[in-house]
Amino acid sequence: MAASQTSDAFVEFDRVQKSYDGETLVVKDLNLTMPRGEFLTMLGPSGSGKTTCLMMLAGFETATHGDIRLGGKSINNIPPHKRGIGMVFQNYALFPHMTIHENLSFPLEVRNIGKSDREAKVKRALEMVEMGSFGTRRPAQLSGGQQQRVALARALVFEPELVLMDEPLGALDKQLREKMQFEITNLAHSLGITVVYVTHDQTEALTMSDRVAVFDDGIIQQLDSPDTLYEKPMNSFVAQFIGENNTLEGRVKEINNGVALVQLDDGELIDCNPVNVTKAGERTRVSIRPERIEFNKARLQEGVHTLKAEVLEFIYMGDIFRTRLRVAGNDEFIVKTRNAPDQKRLQPGEHIEIGWLPEDCRALDA
Amino acid sequence: MSDTTANPLLTTADGKPLKAALARAERRARYRAFLLVLPLLAFILITFVTPIAQMLHQSVYNEGFTMHTEIGSGERTPIMVNIKAWFDENPAGTEPGEAAFAALAEDMKTLRELRAAGSAGTRINYERSGTRSMFTKAARNANKIEPPFKEAFVDLDEDWTDPALWRVMRDASTPYTMNFYLAAIDLTKSPDGDIESVAENRQVYVTLFQRTLFLSVLITFLTFALGYPVAHLLATLPLRHSNLLMILVLLPFWTSLLVRTTSWMVLLQSQGVINDALVGVGLLGDGNRLQMMYNQIGTVVAMTHILLPFMVLPLYSVMRPINPSYVRAARSLGATSWTAFWRIYFPQTVAGIGAGALLVFILSVGYYITPALVGGASGQLISNLIAFHMQNSLNWSLAAALAALLLGGVLILYWLYDRLVGIDNLKLG
Repeated sequence: MAASQTSDAFVEFDRVQKSYDGETLVVKDLNLTMPRGEFLTMLGPSGSGKTTCLMMLAGFETATHGDIRLGGKSINNIPPHKRGIGMVFQNYALFPHMTIHENLSFPLEVRNIGKSDREAKVKRALEMVEMGSFGTRRPAQLSGGQQQRVALARALVFEPELVLMDEPLGALDKQLREKMQFEITNLAHSLGITVVYVTHDQTEALTMSDRVAVFDDGIIQQLDSPDTLYEKPMNSFVAQFIGENNTLEGRVKEINNGVALVQLDDGELIDCNPVNVTKAGERTRVSIRPERIEFNKARLQEGVHTLKAEVLEFIYMGDIFRTRLRVAGNDEFIVKTRNAPDQKRLQPGEHIEIGWLPEDCRALDA
Repeated sequence: MSDTTANPLLTTADGKPLKAALARAERRARYRAFLLVLPLLAFILITFVTPIAQMLHQSVYNEGFTMHTEIGSGERTPIMVNIKAWFDENPAGTEPGEAAFAALAEDMKTLRELRAAGSAGTRINYERSGTRSMFTKAARNANKIEPPFKEAFVDLDEDWTDPALWRVMRDASTPYTMNFYLAAIDLTKSPDGDIESVAENRQVYVTLFQRTLFLSVLITFLTFALGYPVAHLLATLPLRHSNLLMILVLLPFWTSLLVRTTSWMVLLQSQGVINDALVGVGLLGDGNRLQMMYNQIGTVVAMTHILLPFMVLPLYSVMRPINPSYVRAARSLGATSWTAFWRIYFPQTVAGIGAGALLVFILSVGYYITPALVGGASGQLISNLIAFHMQNSLNWSLAAALAALLLGGVLILYWLYDRLVGIDNLKLG
């Protein structure tokens, strides 16, 4: 789903700033527009301001400056219980003294919905997350994954248009997490709800979202679809944070026809895609994904610059091989190759030449 | 697994029964563990179980009218044996005739020899006041009592024919009696042995039990009303601030009870700080200073303050682990802050409320020092009366009966709590 700046924006952050102590800004000038039905993930390291943004949207924190709008109306002064936003908490926050049924019934009771209506909605919500037979249990009698489903059902039972999720899968084991990722996205899309999802797990962000906002230092570093984010990171923070990444440092020598010639610190020359370098002489960090590196000479393009590399370590990982190289003084240069029948298994100590397509090699800020 | 059902007696590798082998293997560890708790067990037996058992025994057993113990030698001599024999031969309600008085005269001689008239009289005096002097007078004149004995006794004191007195003597002639329990709930026996209320102007204990109950409930409620917000504040403040506040809560806890009570006296008395301040500000005339001490107000105020930590600490211990996201979740689900508190937060603190209330209630039911110092006449509790019977009237059996009733009440309360809330939900900290 493409980023739309149209007037039918559902969730809007307009120049939002947040400070807890009046000295430092946790969120600096946040601008974000979400259309209805989008699944947006706020991704970032801890302390990057993503949870604060979520809490401001839910109404548990007030924005120090700026406007947060929901469906075109400013919600800055609306208390949380009147915003009608569903929320799934990190620890699920299922009320321990109530049964599952009572937990789900609670948001309907406080909305004064009649008993028969309530029963029907609770039943439907529980069936939606395949927990129909657990209504009489208490949260403590459920496993983590089951609690997670109930928390999801509770956030959806009163049919909110917007649902916030604060690292909801953080406490689950890997297999369950992957299963739930799939279920949550399916549910969100089939119900047509708008979701703001907070996580620090980049795999989760990439697999689930329509768009991902990468947070660092209180600023959205990049807001794009997962593939753009991975393949076309706009700065070195995003390149480092999303996926695995090789970095080489150097200086721009010249920019010609949209290709930057970068001289690495050990003197070697490579061709790069100038992403945020503009003129010769600038320092740059060159970023290349490990799976885009080629060392089979036959497959390399004619005339591209290649680099000499020494194999330091070969790690067999089953589906892929992970080879650690020394390239231009960098000992942590990783190459990933598919475990195909004709794939060469490099030996430590071997000297090879590596190359890549210029557009895969992105010259970013230093 | 299947052969365990077929052959229930499992054996070890060398053919010994598995159960016996297991017991032997663990016996040493069990003995060692038992040795560790032995000192505590002995301590509890000696200082707690035994005195309580003795007290309970004392409440139904008093040998003041059946046995004399020489203070110096510890020699025990049965007394009142003749009158006991007469009681055994004649059913209750028999008009005491010449034979009865003859037996009494014989026993009086023994009392005179043993100088035991005082203690024997005291035992009867517990249940019929004014009797002790009759016994000492009769024993003094034991040698001069000549037949006809009945007239001789009536000459000494007309009350010797009082049927109530004979009823008491009959009951006292066996050491085991329930009369002290009856007295503890303002009941007595008629001369015929029927149970009836004591005269209205002598009813003390039931009123005092009621007052103790009422004040304890009031104090429990006050500590709850004052302690709940404090505990909540403690539980939600950042640790750095809450530690400081916790010290303020605990500081009175570490101060001597007497110091705390006397400082309340300084504050509450009619020439005290509060009254002086009110008069100084002009809210009160000098002539009508508030009487806040030596009445129930004093007892309630001082005890509420002293018992407050016992409410705050259990509350704090249940509130601390309550994740703030519960209330947030409730708010995001559409609950107002009051609904979120009442339906989500409050129910999770019930265990702490129960524990704190039980603790404060049980402590205040048996409270002694504070009411004794600031309670005056109207602020006395049942424990003050128990102390009175222990120290002043020396009617230990009655004191024991009162204490046993108190203990029984507390145990019933504990049982009720267990039935309603469950003792395993009791969180004391």
